[in-house]
Amino acid sequence: MVNKQTVSFTLNGADVDVVVEPRELLIHTLRERLQHTGPHIGCETSHCGACTVDLNGMSVKSCTVLTVQCQDAKVLTVEGFEQGGALHALQEGFTQEHGLQCGFCTPGMITRAYRLLQENPSPSEEEIRYWMAGNLCRCTGYQNIVKAVQYAANKMSLPRTGT
Amino acid sequence: MTATTESLERETKLQGLGSSRLRKEDARFIRGKGTYVDDIKLPGMLFGAMVRSPYAHARIKSIDKAKALAVPGVVAVLVADDLKPVKLHWMPTIGGDVQAVLADKKVCFQMQEVAMVIARDRYCAADGADAVEVDYEELPAIVDPHKAMAPDAPIIREDIAGKDEVGHGKRTHPNHIFTWEAGDKQGTDAAFANAAVTVREEILNPRVHPCPLETCGCVASFDKITGQLTVYMTSQAPHLVRTVVAMLSGIPESKIRIISGDIGGGFGNKVPIYPGYVIAIVASIVTGVPIKWIESRIDNISTTGFARDYHGIGELAADKDGRIKALRFVALADHGAFNSHVSATKLPAGLFSICTGSYDIPKAHCRVDAVFTNKAPGGVAYRCSLRVTEAVYLIERMIDVLAQKLGIDKAEIRARNFIKADKFPYTTSLGWTMDSGNYHAALDKVLKAVDYAGLRREQAEKRAKGELMGIGISTFTEIVGAGPTKVCDILGIGLFDSCDIRVNPTGSAIARLGTMSQGQGHATTYAQIIATELGLPSDEIQIEEGDTDKAPYGAGTWGSRSTPVGGAAAALAARKIRAKAQKIAAHLLEVGEGDLEWEVDRFKVRGNPGHAKTMKEIAMAAHTSNLPQGMEQGLDATEYYDPPNLTYPFGAYVCVVDIDRFTGETKVRRFYALDDCGTRINPMIIEGQIHGGLTEAFAVAFGQAIPFDENGNHLGNSFMDYFLPTAVETPHWETDHTVTPSPHHPIGAKGVAESPHVGGIPCFSNAVVDAFAHLGVTHMDMPHTAFRVWQQCKALGINTR
Repeated sequence: MVNKQTVSFTLNGADVDVVVEPRELLIHTLRERLQHTGPHIGCETSHCGACTVDLNGMSVKSCTVLTVQCQDAKVLTVEGFEQGGALHALQEGFTQEHGLQCGFCTPGMITRAYRLLQENPSPSEEEIRYWMAGNLCRCTGYQNIVKAVQYAANKMSLPRTGT
Repeated sequence: MTATTESLERETKLQGLGSSRLRKEDARFIRGKGTYVDDIKLPGMLFGAMVRSPYAHARIKSIDKAKALAVPGVVAVLVADDLKPVKLHWMPTIGGDVQAVLADKKVCFQMQEVAMVIARDRYCAADGADAVEVDYEELPAIVDPHKAMAPDAPIIREDIAGKDEVGHGKRTHPNHIFTWEAGDKQGTDAAFANAAVTVREEILNPRVHPCPLETCGCVASFDKITGQLTVYMTSQAPHLVRTVVAMLSGIPESKIRIISGDIGGGFGNKVPIYPGYVIAIVASIVTGVPIKWIESRIDNISTTGFARDYHGIGELAADKDGRIKALRFVALADHGAFNSHVSATKLPAGLFSICTGSYDIPKAHCRVDAVFTNKAPGGVAYRCSLRVTEAVYLIERMIDVLAQKLGIDKAEIRARNFIKADKFPYTTSLGWTMDSGNYHAALDKVLKAVDYAGLRREQAEKRAKGELMGIGISTFTEIVGAGPTKVCDILGIGLFDSCDIRVNPTGSAIARLGTMSQGQGHATTYAQIIATELGLPSDEIQIEEGDTDKAPYGAGTWGSRSTPVGGAAAALAARKIRAKAQKIAAHLLEVGEGDLEWEVDRFKVRGNPGHAKTMKEIAMAAHTSNLPQGMEQGLDATEYYDPPNLTYPFGAYVCVVDIDRFTGETKVRRFYALDDCGTRINPMIIEGQIHGGLTEAFAVAFGQAIPFDENGNHLGNSFMDYFLPTAVETPHWETDHTVTPSPHHPIGAKGVAESPHVGGIPCFSNAVVDAFAHLGVTHMDMPHTAFRVWQQCKALGINTR
C-alpha cells in the first residue's frame, strides 16, 4: 500500500487534519474528504480557475496543488466568505450586477477577486480584467463580472461603521 | 389617478414580466452551494475511468484486463463483450444510426471508448485505466470529409456497410450518411442562368466544441431490490434521456428517474446521450452500487458533442441593383464516425433551410451531404438551433460578397433585400413561415447609433494611409423554439413542452416544467411570467425542473426553446388557473363572471372597484367548501404546449475592427448589438445572455477550431490549445433592442440566448473581411487568428514596412 501522510491546515479558519496519499490533489481533498464542493474542477490543467482557492494569501489553482504541500497552511474557499449570516461584498456584487449565470466558475471568480481586492483595493477595469484572466467564464462575457468586482471594491472602500 | 398609481405599485411589487429583478438562483451559487453532478456523493459509490483509443481507425486484436484487475482498488473492467449479454454494447443514436458504447472489434475515432475501469476512487480508476492492455492493428484513417466518398476510401463503418440507409434516405457509398435537399432546384437553376450577376464562395464552418465549463458526467444508481434506476446527469433534456434509457435497458420507464441538478453550462454539449452514461448505468446494474463517471476536459473536447464541421458553398444570383433573385447553398457535413448528430427526425440537416435569412429571395435550393470520417461523432447545436449558425453564416457572408462584387454598400444591400415589415407572416421560398419582423427599423437604429456614415468615412481615410479597418454588419434572423410536433420529433416524441402549476392555500405557488436551465435563469424568468399571469409575487413562485419524477414531460432546453415552448406552457397553465379563479371570485362576490375584470392581482366587479377578490384570497377559498356548485377544490393546472409555429428572433449588429497588418492582430474596437426577441421577460437576464452569446461568437470567429493531423490525431483538446477567451481579450459589448412580439406566442416572446452567437459570428467575420475588401478579398475562413490574418496580409504583400 502507498504510504499516506497526515496533513494539518486551517480551512476557512477551522483546523482540519487529513490522511492522504502524497499524490492527492488539494481540490480532491477539499471536495471529497472535506465536503467543500464550492471549488469546481473545470480542466485539471490550471487553465480555467474554477478550482481557485486562497492558499497562504495567494490565489492557487487547487487542481494542481498537492495536499501535502498544505501542511500548516491557511486555506480560504468560497465557503468561508459569508460571515455571521452576512454576505461578503463580492458575493453581493456578483448577485447585484448579474455576474453569474450557470454558477460553475463563480466560487473561483469570487475567491480570485478577493485576492485582487486585498492587493489592490481600487482597481481599474483594465486591472480587473488582467487579474481575472486566469478564471474562465463561458456564460457572462465577463462584462458583469467586472461590474461585480467594482461593486465590491466600492462597497469595501466605504468607511466602516462602528470600528 | 390614485387608483392607477396604486395598481402600478402593486404590479411593481409582483416583479413580473418586464422586471429586471435579480435572480433567484444566485443565492446558492455565490456561496458555493450549487449541486452539480460531481458534487453528488452516494454511499458505496465507485468511480469509472475510461480507456480510450490512441488511434483514429484500428482493429482491436485483443484486450488484456489482467494487470488492471490487479491494481489495488479496481473492482471491474468492462469491455464491449461484457455489455453484449445485456445488449448494451451498441446504442441507437438520435440520428437513426447506432453507436458503439464500447468499441466492438474496431475503433473509428481517436479517444473512442474502449473500456471502463470501475474502482474505489478516481485515483485507483485512473491507475486501472492505465494498466488495461489493448492490442491494435492500425487502419488508414479518413480525416478530410471531401475524401470520404472516394471509390477507394477505407470503409469506416463495417457494421452498417451493407445497409442502404441509416435513417434518412438512400446511401450511395459506405461512408455516405444521407443527402438532404430543400427548395425548387429547377427554378433556382433557371434564375441563376438568367441573372445579371452571380457570386460563389466556399465557406467553412470549422469543427468546434461548445465547451461548457463543467464537463459531462453522471452518477448511476440501480437499486437491485426495487429495480429502480436513478441517474444524476448533466443533461439538457432529462425526460428524453429517461425514455431512451427505458428503450435501451428494458427497465420500465416508471422505474427510471433522471435528475439533472445544477448544470455548469451546456450550449448544446449536454443534449446527446454519451457512452459514458450507458456504461455507468450498466456498471451500476451489474455491481449493485452507485457508479460515478465524470469526463476530463480532454475527454470532453475530444469525444462529446462537437459542433459544425460544415463545408459550404454559397451562391447568390441578383440583378444589377443587388436585389437577390436566387440562392443556392450546398454543404458537406462531417458527422464523424457515428451519425449521432442532434436533430429532429424529419430534419436531418436541422433547420439549415432558414438560410434565406432576413431577405426576400424568390428562389432557393439547398442541399446537405453528410459523411462519416474517423473523427468523434456528433454535430450538436452550439448555442444555436440545429444547423442555424451554419445557415446564417452562409447568407450573412454571401450578401457581403455580393455587395462587394456590385460595389454596393453592405448596409444598403441588406435594406434593399429585407423582407418588409408589412409582409409578415412571411413564407420563405424554402417553406418557413416567419412570424414577425421589422428589419429596416432595427438596422436604421443601429446605423444611427454607431454613426455608420462616419465610420465609413474614417475607413476611407485609413485605407488611404494603408491602415486596415473593417466594419462588419450582420442582420440575421434566427429560427428557434422547436417545435410544432407535426414538424419536429425526436425518436417519435413530439417536441412540445409542459408546465404544471400548483397554487397553495396561502397564495404561493410551485411550477414544474419539462425544460432544464443551465444558467439561463429559468427559476427567475418562469416565475416572472407566472407572476404577471396570476398576480402573485414572483418571489413566492418556486420553479422546479430536471427531476423526471417531479416535472411533467418535456423535451428540455436547447435551441432556445425554453421561452418559446416552456414559457408558453407556463403562461397558458397560469391562464387555466386564472379562469378557475374567476369562477371562484364570481361566486364569492355573488356576481356573474362577465361582471368581473382582472387588474394586476385581483378580480374587480366592473363599476364597483371596491368590490374585489385578490388571487391570494381566491387561493384560500379554492381550498374550502365555499365554491361554486360542483367545482373541485384546488387551484392547479397542467399545460402541454404544442407550438403552432417556431419563433423568429432577429437582430442587427455592427462590429468595428482594427487590424495590424504587420502582426495580423485584430482588435475589436466596437460591437453594437441590437436584438429583437419579442416581449422581454427580464431585461437584465436578456442582456447577460447577449453578453455571453457574443463572447462565444467572438471565440468561434477568432480562435476556436479542432484540428486533426492526417492520421486523425487530435491536435487541440485541452485548454492549452482550445481557445476560450479570457476577460482580457473579450471585447466590451453594447446592447440595444427593439420589440416585435411573436403573434402566435401567448406572451409574444421569442427566445434570445442563441441570437448573439448566431448573429455575432458572421458579424465578426464580415468585419475582418471588410478590412481587406478594398484589396479584392471576398472571404477568409475562420478562425481569424493573428497568424491566419497575417498570412492574408502576407499574401497581399502588405505585411512589411
